[in-house]
Amino acid sequence: MNSKPGQFLLVVLLLLLLVGIGLFTGRFTIYLTMRVMILGIFALGYNLLLGRTGLLSFGHGAFYAAGAYGLGFFTLHLSPHPLLGLLAGVLLAMALALIIGFFCVRHTEIYFAMLTLAFGMMIFSLIWNAREITGGDDGLVGIMRGPLSFFGLFTLPLSRDAQYYFLVLAVFIVSIWVVHRIRVSPFGLALAGIRENSNRAEFAGLSVKNYRLAVFIISGAFAGLAGALETLLESNARPFMAHWSHSAEPVLVSLLGGLQTFAGPLVGAVFFVAMRELIQRLTENWMLWFGIVLLIIIMGFRGGVVGVFKRLAGGSRPGP
Amino acid sequence: MLQSLVHVLLAGLSTGMFIWLVASGLTLIFGVLGVLNFAHGSFYMLGAYFCFTVLKYLGANFWLGLLLGPLCVCAVGFLLERFFLRYVYHLALPYQLLLTFAFVLIFDDLVKILWGAGSVSPPGLATLSGSVDILGRKFPVYNIFIIVVGPLVALGLWGMIEKTWWGRIIRASSSDREMAEAIGVRVPALFTSVFVFGSWVGAVGGGLAVPYVGILTSGMGEAIIIDAFIVAVIGGLGSLKGAFVGALIIGVLSAFGTRFFPTFDMFLTFILMAVVLLWRPQGLFGGSR
Repeated sequence: MNSKPGQFLLVVLLLLLLVGIGLFTGRFTIYLTMRVMILGIFALGYNLLLGRTGLLSFGHGAFYAAGAYGLGFFTLHLSPHPLLGLLAGVLLAMALALIIGFFCVRHTEIYFAMLTLAFGMMIFSLIWNAREITGGDDGLVGIMRGPLSFFGLFTLPLSRDAQYYFLVLAVFIVSIWVVHRIRVSPFGLALAGIRENSNRAEFAGLSVKNYRLAVFIISGAFAGLAGALETLLESNARPFMAHWSHSAEPVLVSLLGGLQTFAGPLVGAVFFVAMRELIQRLTENWMLWFGIVLLIIIMGFRGGVVGVFKRLAGGSRPGP
Repeated sequence: MLQSLVHVLLAGLSTGMFIWLVASGLTLIFGVLGVLNFAHGSFYMLGAYFCFTVLKYLGANFWLGLLLGPLCVCAVGFLLERFFLRYVYHLALPYQLLLTFAFVLIFDDLVKILWGAGSVSPPGLATLSGSVDILGRKFPVYNIFIIVVGPLVALGLWGMIEKTWWGRIIRASSSDREMAEAIGVRVPALFTSVFVFGSWVGAVGGGLAVPYVGILTSGMGEAIIIDAFIVAVIGGLGSLKGAFVGALIIGVLSAFGTRFFPTFDMFLTFILMAVVLLWRPQGLFGGSR
């Protein structure tokens, strides 16, 4: 965070790159870039909780799934409007995060991690078992992307991936902006204060529990948004979105990129998707290799990719 | 009706004993080392698979498998603690959890590589097969054996922690590590021994599960670690007594859930957990933390 003009230039270049990918590249690149952006939204919101507030949740797959199924139900039964569907998914995810968060934010550290894990798996088993509503292990299938219409004034078709790409890109940009605003707001600074010393924050008059619940719901909303976007992309919602192995994804992504930085989850998302593609192409056992990469990061490179770059650039101090 | 209730209760008790065998090692390691080991379910899985291999290649002697299989897992546990976990004790929680999570990923795929991606079924065993008549319905002898073994393990653990020299050192080091070091306890070596012992208990659980579950899959560790987590939370992290009582409650509750509310069987467990946490956040037998 040393040179403002340089940073601005970087952001503009990245935006141009993303627009260029949407306009000029093939289906596969567009698809992968969408996966990166969706995972980026998931991890960025999640890192408000982990990196900013210091709470490790292992249950955010549940909110991802809530977003996915919320959009699925809305699209299948009410209206195929994509924006309304996204809104429905996000609202369902937030409602679920409110309920689960109510129980979880009373605890911190290990108890919080285990509780979120257990509640996440509860949602998983609920989706898995309630076959009549959720389709069980088949999931919800045949969710079509309707055209994007603005009050009947004009409509944009989204049925092709290259068209849908720009909706994902727009949501991605807005999400980054919102998360950035939250981080630098008094609310976001209070979260960092809670992470550093929750007792002192409490004595300073902050209601630590309410702050934690609020950030839990916000991160749940972004998880739901990501889940809904993926459902529109893949045209299905699957129970394994709520599984704990999926809940671990934003944790891994944040760690891969760098926990304490804003860009960490975004950089991590790029590396995660690229690595998975690469490993899956070379071997069947991508979990094994991913585990090994994870081990190496934890044992030696805890700043993640962003940390390594900062070290190379000469700045030894990790950013705020 | 009574017959059905008794049988559901017995089935629940035997499931609960397996959860106890995993949760006990988990909670012991947490109580002493302060690390929550995600990979503990993998020790259970590896115990089962190693036991299976012994049965396959050294003849179908279950007791030999139960002896040798978990010993192999001890070696795995030793390597994990000595060369990896030891270096993250001082780090923040996410790093500790994710390190053990990395091992879950690694072990799951290693099992698929070594034993095949599908499930494997161990050879039929003559040991403790057959069933007895309880209230006019058959109940497997092996399940009765498990119901007896669980409390014996609990008794053994309690005796070891409370009555032996090793147990005293463990209690001393977990309540005040610096003081223990000052009077000459080699705490790092002690931690390694506790971790290895905990992994052995989990692996014994896995070995005992071989005749019980019939088929082994690479997902069996993940399934039981979630239950063990819930049990540890309900009983109170670090409390062996809590883990035992919690495992019995969860085992019986889920057996009744499966019998009477098949769609929502897991839901009952989570509702119980939520209630316990609202009422006693530190768990039923947890100290004030």
